[in-house]
Amino acid sequence: MKFVLSQEQRMFAGTLRRLLAEAGTAKIVRAWAAGDHAPGRGLWSALAEAGLFAVAVPEEHGGAGFLPVELVAAMEEVGRAAAPGPYVETLAAAELLGRAGDTVWLPRIAAGDALVSIGVPHALDADAADLVLAPGGTERASSGGPLTSLDPARRLFRVEAGDEHGTPEFGVLMCAAQQLGLGRALLDVTVEYARTRQQFGRPIGEYQAVKHHLAGAMVELEFARPLLYGAALAYGTPEFGRDVAAAKVAASDASYGAAKIALQVHGAIGYTDEYDPSLWIRKARALHSAWGTPAEHRARVAASL
Amino acid sequence: MDLEFGTADEEFRAEVRAWLAEHVPAEPLPSLETEEGFARHREWERALGADRLSVVSWPEEYGGRGVSVLQWLVFEEEYYAAGAPGRVSQNGINLLAPTLLKHGTPEQLARVLPPMAAGEVIWAQAWSEPGAGSDLAALRATATRTDGGWLLNGQKTWSSRAAFADRGFGLFRSDPESERHRGLTYLMFPLDADGVTVRPIGRLDGKPAFAELFLDGVFVPDADVIGEPGKGWSVAMSTAGNERGLTLRSPGRFTAATERLVELWKERADPADTALRDRVADAWIRSRAYRLKGFETVSRDDDIGAESSLNKVFWSELDVALHETALDLLGADGELESEWLENYVFSLAGPIYAGTNEIQRNVIAERLLGLPRGAR
Repeated sequence: MKFVLSQEQRMFAGTLRRLLAEAGTAKIVRAWAAGDHAPGRGLWSALAEAGLFAVAVPEEHGGAGFLPVELVAAMEEVGRAAAPGPYVETLAAAELLGRAGDTVWLPRIAAGDALVSIGVPHALDADAADLVLAPGGTERASSGGPLTSLDPARRLFRVEAGDEHGTPEFGVLMCAAQQLGLGRALLDVTVEYARTRQQFGRPIGEYQAVKHHLAGAMVELEFARPLLYGAALAYGTPEFGRDVAAAKVAASDASYGAAKIALQVHGAIGYTDEYDPSLWIRKARALHSAWGTPAEHRARVAASL
Repeated sequence: MDLEFGTADEEFRAEVRAWLAEHVPAEPLPSLETEEGFARHREWERALGADRLSVVSWPEEYGGRGVSVLQWLVFEEEYYAAGAPGRVSQNGINLLAPTLLKHGTPEQLARVLPPMAAGEVIWAQAWSEPGAGSDLAALRATATRTDGGWLLNGQKTWSSRAAFADRGFGLFRSDPESERHRGLTYLMFPLDADGVTVRPIGRLDGKPAFAELFLDGVFVPDADVIGEPGKGWSVAMSTAGNERGLTLRSPGRFTAATERLVELWKERADPADTALRDRVADAWIRSRAYRLKGFETVSRDDDIGAESSLNKVFWSELDVALHETALDLLGADGELESEWLENYVFSLAGPIYAGTNEIQRNVIAERLLGLPRGAR
């Protein structure tokens, strides 16, 4: 029993974190929302070079082996930076294609030169994607212009109806990991704001009402994390679906909860479009219902009991 | 990273499971917050102690087995899954013993720990006072130097188990000029000594789960001082950290309670009631989160320190929510005496004691998140 990340796993996540922090994702998010994919593509390639997609692809297809724990750690970092693009979708696709024995797309995904989307039910960033899949893994075309999401960096497209049902469980786990990182980033930026922002002659973080909001957010985030890694370790077992659903419920509630507290503590500035934390706040709400709502996943957990 | 138990862990689990299957009473014991129930629970402690299962993580010389913290978690999972009785010796084992193991003299360890492990001496905690609950630094009961020891005077209250226990432990102000956390001394004392008056106090359901202690010139020999006189605060804080970590509420308690909650839900619930279904699912999800967090904690080499406050907030709120859900599933029967109701009443104390959850949230905000200390 060693239920903590190994030194190598921590180093891998740390490398991605530094890379994303140095990239300054807020401006990349704004460009992506405006339909300019170039900076986002550049970040995608840099992350691919650091090994983000390699750990989703078996060695025989140019990857480093399919490593669920590493992928959770990586998506936490992608979420922390609110990096735009179909990361969750591409990693979910890699898992589906790996099981289907694909040889064409996997090497391209591993190398970072294929963005893949999946219609669950809408396809994220289908205009930027090199391939759009139905949930079951078969190829689909998208149609129409982007639907307007609360998070403008989530450019969603309708997908031609197919007969495949369900949501790939691995994608749900990747989304939950992204949410956890997003929530933690919101907590961190809000703590920093509360340390410095003064009202009534004191930093607002001195007030217990503010402290208790932030402490509550931390409790929820810190107890969502073990569920995510526990689910990653359950990959390939009959409990995987149940454990992923549990992780998604916890990560959704913790992340969205952190976003609401971030908004409340920031006050009007947090409600302002041009202020960067608003990008994270909007994404937290959008992801709350993406890849299955908490209600759907609670029902899934209950059905397994 | 893995969640695999080793061979030794599995063997230990099998041994504990077999012992419990043979020994756990078929009928639940009467509430341990009653005189009869207390006596029956003491017998149960003796049975556990006789087979060295009352304190598995302690060194063998004091009645334990010296198993790892992970194996202690395994023991706890099996213990609660078997529906074994509540632990009447919990205060001594979880609060006093860790302090003694860290700060006690060899003589104290040899004298105090084996009878505690054997269920022969049951300990009550005597921290709180009428003017000092979570703010322990406001303590006023005194310990005054005398020949060969100390004289205790003052009042303690909300002393868990004190209605029926044998001995108590707590902090006393030994320097009358001192303020806050300075000049406090950590002492053990008998509850049947001259000068001690015990007045049982009913908790929310009327059962005497705790008591007030009036101390009037109670003599305590030097041998019963833990650590250095006047340094009681730092000695006690090592106990408080322990209390707020995993030992006070091991994950096994909640995973077992959740299993029973799921059974109750399947028996009693209207399948169309998705609100109750969601609450049952949440209890399961949160119990699992706490269990996995426990495995994370024992996988780490460092001291979790203030992170134990995260645990305290999480388990205490989970405990209340889980038992509220059970009572709601019972419908009109929810108010009637039952094990669920007993455990519900017990759960309500969780967010209040061992440092209220408000105190814990301050600790999280200031020590884990780095927010500025406010006016106190």
